[in-house]
Amino acid sequence: MSVDQSTVKRVAKLARIAITDNRAEELRDELNTILGFVEQLDEVDVDGVEPMTSVVDFDMKKRADTVNDGEIADDVTANAPAKDEHFFMVPKVVE
Amino acid sequence: MTAIVDTRTPNPKNFFPGQDHDWELVIGLEVHAQVTSEAKLFSGASTGFGAEQNSHVSLVDAAMPGMLPVINEECVKQAVRTGLGLNAMINNRSAFDRKNYFYPDLPQGYQISQLYHPIVGEGTITIQVGPDKDGKFESVDVGIERLHLEQDAGKSMHDQHPTMSYVDLNRSGVALMEIVSKPDIRSIDEAKAYVTKLRSIVRYLGTCDGNMDQGSMRADVNVSVRKPGSDFGTRCEIKNVNSIRFMGQAIDYEARRQIDIMEAGGSIEQETRLFDPVKGETRSMRSKEEAHDYRYFPDPDLLPLEFDDAFVEELKADLPELPDEKRARFMADGLSEYDASILVSDKAIADYFEQVASGRDAKMAANWTINDLLGALNKDGKSIEDSPVTAAQLGGIIDLIKADTISGKIAKDVFEIVWNEGGDPAKIVEDRGMAQVTDTGAIEAAVDEIIAANPDKVEQAREKPNMIGWFVGQVMKATRGKANPKAVNELLRVKIGG
Repeated sequence: MSVDQSTVKRVAKLARIAITDNRAEELRDELNTILGFVEQLDEVDVDGVEPMTSVVDFDMKKRADTVNDGEIADDVTANAPAKDEHFFMVPKVVE
Repeated sequence: MTAIVDTRTPNPKNFFPGQDHDWELVIGLEVHAQVTSEAKLFSGASTGFGAEQNSHVSLVDAAMPGMLPVINEECVKQAVRTGLGLNAMINNRSAFDRKNYFYPDLPQGYQISQLYHPIVGEGTITIQVGPDKDGKFESVDVGIERLHLEQDAGKSMHDQHPTMSYVDLNRSGVALMEIVSKPDIRSIDEAKAYVTKLRSIVRYLGTCDGNMDQGSMRADVNVSVRKPGSDFGTRCEIKNVNSIRFMGQAIDYEARRQIDIMEAGGSIEQETRLFDPVKGETRSMRSKEEAHDYRYFPDPDLLPLEFDDAFVEELKADLPELPDEKRARFMADGLSEYDASILVSDKAIADYFEQVASGRDAKMAANWTINDLLGALNKDGKSIEDSPVTAAQLGGIIDLIKADTISGKIAKDVFEIVWNEGGDPAKIVEDRGMAQVTDTGAIEAAVDEIIAANPDKVEQAREKPNMIGWFVGQVMKATRGKANPKAVNELLRVKIGG
C-alpha cells in the first residue's frame, strides 16, 4: 500500500492540517516509507488468529453508575484561549 | 453488514401520487436515545439536564491529554435491557471504535462508538399503525438492524456573540443508544408509529426518558422513493429531527422533493440534509459531505466489552411487562384493541388505568380513563402525571355509578367538580345532594305530573314507542337529572303502556 499526493492532501485536510504542495510531496515519501516498513507484517500468516486486544488477558474495568466527578468548570476552561462565563469561545461555526 | 432485504409488499394505501405512476416511500430510521443513567458513559460526571455551562464536565469529557475512559456498567445494562425489549440478539462480546471528525463540540476529535461490533444485533418490533376510521390498527413488523452505545457530543450556541460560537460540554460523553432500523418503513404514519413504539418501549424499560423536547430522543431519517415494488432508490438522510410531528413534515417534504426531481428527469444525489421546522423544508448540509470520511478504527483505550449469559439472563428476569404484553392482557380482560392500544401507549397512563380498574369493571374504567380523563388532560394540555383527578378519585366516581347512587350523567358533573376543586367523590355527592332519586314515590309523582300535562304527547307515544325518550328527558329535567333513568323508563312504560 502506498499513498499519492492527493491522498496526503485529503488526509491533511481531514486532520485540519494546512500543508503546501511541496510539503505534501515530502510527506507522501515519508508516509510511504512508514507504510512500507509496516507492510513487512503482511508476511506473517494470521489466518484464524484472533486479534490481540491486550497484552494481558483481563476483563475491561467498569465503573459504578455514581456521580463522582465534574463540577470543575474553572479547571475545565482554565486553558481555553477564549472563554466567557465558563463557555468555551470558538470562531463562529454555523451549519 | 447484512444485505438489505425488502420485507414488505407494496400497499397502494401508502403511495404518493405522481404524474405517470404512483411512488412508494422507503424509510429507515436511526434513533438516538439518551441512556438513563446518573453518570456519563465513560466518566463520573453527572448527566443532569439544564445545569450551568461546563459544570457537568470531567477532565475525561473535556478530552484533556492523558485522560482515559472507564465504562459505566449501568449504561451497558441499559443497552442490554433495551436490546431485550427489541427482541434482539445480544452480543456477549462487543467493541468500541473511534469515529473521527472535527467539530468544536467534540473535544476528543472523535466520538467513541461501536461500528464493527455493536452490543445488540438484529431484532424486530411490531408497530401499530392507526387507528383507521373504524378504530382498527394495522400491525407491521419493523426490523432492527442493530443498537450500539456511543458518546453524545457537546452543544454549540451561535447567537451569543457576533463572531464567536459558544461551546458547552455538559452533554459531552453522555451515553446514547443508536437504534438503527431496517428500511422496512413505507409511510409517514408508519414512521411515526415506529418512533412512538420505540419511545414507549424505552420508557417502559426505564432505559431512556424518551423526552424529545430535551433532546433525549432524536432521529436521523433516511428517505428514498421508488416506483412501487422496484429496487430501492438513492436515499437522503435528514439529520437530527427532534419531534414526531417534525419528522412527519420532513419526510413529506423530502418525498415530494425527490419525486419532483425524478419526474423532471433528474436523479437523486445521496446527501445529508437538515430539516428547518420554521420553513417546513429540508436543505442540503454540504459541509457534512467532506466529513463523511470518519476513518473508524478500534479504540485502543478500551478493551472489548464482554459479559456472560448469566448477566443477560439476570437482566431479562427483571424486565417489566412491555407494551405488547400489556395490551394483550388488557384485551383478554375485555377491552377493545383501540382502548387497549391507547392505554398502553404511555406507561403512566397504563398504570393509572390499572389502579382505576382494580376491583372494578375494566371496560367502564377504560371508558372513563380514555374519554373523560385523557380528554380533559388533552384539553388543558396536562400530562397524566399532573392529573388533578387521581386514580382513586376516578375509581370512587365509578363506584358511585355502579352502586346506582349517581347516574352516568351526574357522574360527569362530579368528575368536573373533582377536577376543579378536588375532594372525595362520595362526600361531594352527599354534601351537594347529587345522589339520584331512587325513591319510586318521588319519581312517580314527577312522571304523573308530566303525563298529566301532556295528553297529546301521550297519544303519540302510544303510536310511536320512540316518543318515550321525550318523556324520560322531561322527567330528568324536572328532577334535575337526579332520577334513576332505569326507574323512570320502567315507570313510563307501565303508565303510558308502550
